[in-house]
Amino acid sequence: MAHISLRNLNVTYGPHGILRDINVDIPDKKITTIIGPSGCGKTTLLKSLNRLIDLTDELHVGGEVLIDGMNIYDEDADVLALRKKVGFISQKPCPLPMSIYDNIAFGLRIHRLNKAQLLNQLKHLEEHCAENNISLGDTGGSVGLSKKTEMNLLVEGYLRLAGLWDEVKERLTFPASMLSVGQQQRLALARALAVEPEIILADEPTSALDPISAKVIERQFQVLKKNYTIIVVTHIMRQAKRIADYVIFIYMGELVEHGPASEIFTNPKDKRTHEYVFGEIS
Amino acid sequence: MRIAVIGANALGVLIALGLIIKSWPILTSKPLTQLLFSSEWFPLKGKFGFYPFIIGTIEVTAIAMAIAIPICLFSAIYLSEYAPKHVRAIIRPVIDILAGIPSVIFGLWGVIVVVPFVRWLGERLGVHTTGYSLLSGGIILSIMVFPIIISVSMEVMRTVPIEARETCLSLGTTKWETVKWVVLRNAMRGIIAAIVLGFARAFGETIAVLMVVGNVAKVPNSIFEPAYPLASLIANNYGEMMSIPMYDSALMLAALILFMVVAGFNVGAHYTLWRLRRRGLG
Amino acid sequence: MAAEKEGLRLILRRFEEKIAKVLMLASIVLVLASLAGIIAVIAIRGVSALSISLLIQIPKGGFYLGKEGGIANAIVGSLYLSLGALFLSILFGLPIAFGLQREFTKRRLGHITRLTLDVLWGMPSIVYGAFGFIIMLYLGLRASLLGGIITLTLLMLPIMIRALEEVVRMVPVELKEVSYSLGATKLETTLRVVFKQVFPGIITASMLAFGRGIGDAASILFTAGYTDNIPRSLLEPAASLPLAVFFQIGTPIPEVQQRAYASALVLLFIVLLASIASEILKRRASRYTLR
Repeated sequence: MAHISLRNLNVTYGPHGILRDINVDIPDKKITTIIGPSGCGKTTLLKSLNRLIDLTDELHVGGEVLIDGMNIYDEDADVLALRKKVGFISQKPCPLPMSIYDNIAFGLRIHRLNKAQLLNQLKHLEEHCAENNISLGDTGGSVGLSKKTEMNLLVEGYLRLAGLWDEVKERLTFPASMLSVGQQQRLALARALAVEPEIILADEPTSALDPISAKVIERQFQVLKKNYTIIVVTHIMRQAKRIADYVIFIYMGELVEHGPASEIFTNPKDKRTHEYVFGEIS
Repeated sequence: MRIAVIGANALGVLIALGLIIKSWPILTSKPLTQLLFSSEWFPLKGKFGFYPFIIGTIEVTAIAMAIAIPICLFSAIYLSEYAPKHVRAIIRPVIDILAGIPSVIFGLWGVIVVVPFVRWLGERLGVHTTGYSLLSGGIILSIMVFPIIISVSMEVMRTVPIEARETCLSLGTTKWETVKWVVLRNAMRGIIAAIVLGFARAFGETIAVLMVVGNVAKVPNSIFEPAYPLASLIANNYGEMMSIPMYDSALMLAALILFMVVAGFNVGAHYTLWRLRRRGLG
Repeated sequence: MAAEKEGLRLILRRFEEKIAKVLMLASIVLVLASLAGIIAVIAIRGVSALSISLLIQIPKGGFYLGKEGGIANAIVGSLYLSLGALFLSILFGLPIAFGLQREFTKRRLGHITRLTLDVLWGMPSIVYGAFGFIIMLYLGLRASLLGGIITLTLLMLPIMIRALEEVVRMVPVELKEVSYSLGATKLETTLRVVFKQVFPGIITASMLAFGRGIGDAASILFTAGYTDNIPRSLLEPAASLPLAVFFQIGTPIPEVQQRAYASALVLLFIVLLASIASEILKRRASRYTLR
């Protein structure tokens, strides 16, 4: 089932073409990796899925990106709702200038969820956690969680899903900038999860991390894919081989080949894919 | 927020407009050439010749620049090219502090130190002077413009790429020669802009100059004679402004002249600097 | 022969550099010495005339003839004027500084505005005084605290905005991207994220603008008036430290001149305090945001 479909997607920067005629369906609730040499448009492709490229004036988009059947580049498309549905994790984790708690709560607060919606979200979260053998409600002597409000439980839940809870539960009010890079990236993951996206985009999420933190992130992705569609841009072939269910290969702005990981990595059809996968070009 | 930005621009326009409107009466009643080039300043008789004031302003600024330019250039070269890092780190804020000293304090210091000095100097050279003179004004003004010329010049010199210096040095030149042939040549436009900014700053300075320049409405014949710059004219006579016909309009005209000259120089200098910065970063 | 010429040329070149170095050091010493000299002279002369009673009393009877009283009117007046103007400049300056971000203003308008602000930044304060006077006439105000505050605000705004804009510009795009990718609007991002990030910068900018504003005389010369009393309402005239120095040094009476030095020292002290504090804060803040 295709959640996301790209039809004739074209992205240009002024007169230069960055992406040409991208046509692909992205499978639901799987990890899709976008691979290819640097500077070939992978990040642009990712950012076009949550319209983050709107921020750069010179980038122009042609074609359609359909999510749940609706073109997100329509005139009257709701960008804010789109960004709630599609979460984004960037290469360099950028903690917001607030406490760890507030970083997670930020998304919840700006979407102005009322009590009913919060409770709803909490219920989803608890089901979600139960599936993964996580139980909420462990205070563990943390500062500032004396009142069991919905927000507190939500923050705890998302931190657990990101694999960060145990390390920060004692210092939720501390500034997020004090965390290590690996922790900050997991914080970014929790922060993105907090707005309850259906799709998660990750742009080279582990390239700035040490191997152990990278492994934690990869492991979390494997856990999360049961409930979310995950799209990861990576230039680390080994990582792609480890986590990918579906692969998209972009070369010089063109969609060269795409398919299930098993096929692409063992028996690629296109010569260029072959060269890239087996290390002849990088 | 866009409104606020437009409002900022509106402010500039308003100031110009206000001054023009208020100077209108005198501009329309007397021919412009008479206003600008006549030396007769007898407001009670309706005579408004701005010539001595214009000349006074230009001359005191010119003296200030003559003193300041060599000192600032050499200081900027030292700080940018020769000074060790920690020395630069200490001196830079000190110069910024100099920039923040109120003009009335400069004036006071001028009265205590500079005026007697000029008087002494005059006696040594056989000139009779009270000390309240063009020279005193020039000296005080030059110190006041040190910070802006030095800091902008430094900034411009630092944008000269290090490779240019390295190339020159590897050909066997002395450091001073690299400065002469490479740094200064490349940074010249920016340094001129820095000087223009200093000039504009000195042109409109009021209180400090007022206290040491003598304020006699006559074109000075030597630097030891007093002068009467435009800014001092306005400051000294605002009290009588409303009681003598046309006087207020005349003073507003003086303010308008200051505005236009300073604005003109500033636009030119900042535009040059803007162009240089864009090139320097690219 | 050629070798001798070579040697001579080299010596000349090295010599030229030596002279240049001497000139450079002399110049920088001159610059630093003038600062030191100014502070020293004012401090030395001012300290002798300084006393507690001078600071807390307002001028009485024959103050200007050398008798009783103090400069409290000027100190309080200056504080009222500068703090009032500071408040207004933050109020108007923040929206403008935020509004200059790429998201809100297109390139062209941004460039024009920055140029205008640069020009306004370099405008002599007497022009602001003249313009402030025009506004006061238009509004029917007389020389008063309010008139002074309005004029000082006009003077301080470009300084404030320039300093604020510098900090706002340094906010990394990635940080804003994070906020947008979570679904925040431009306004929400500015108020909730950018504002927090630049808060220390706002403090530094305020100190800078305050220091500049409290020391200025030309702008308030005809807009704030002068008085022996501490103003009790916005419509009363206000004394100020710079003008206190200016008027007091103009008299021939030595005691009054002494008081001018004392007033100058108080003013200098306040300004130096603000300058140094803002420098220290700037260093501190950059230590945090440097990643």
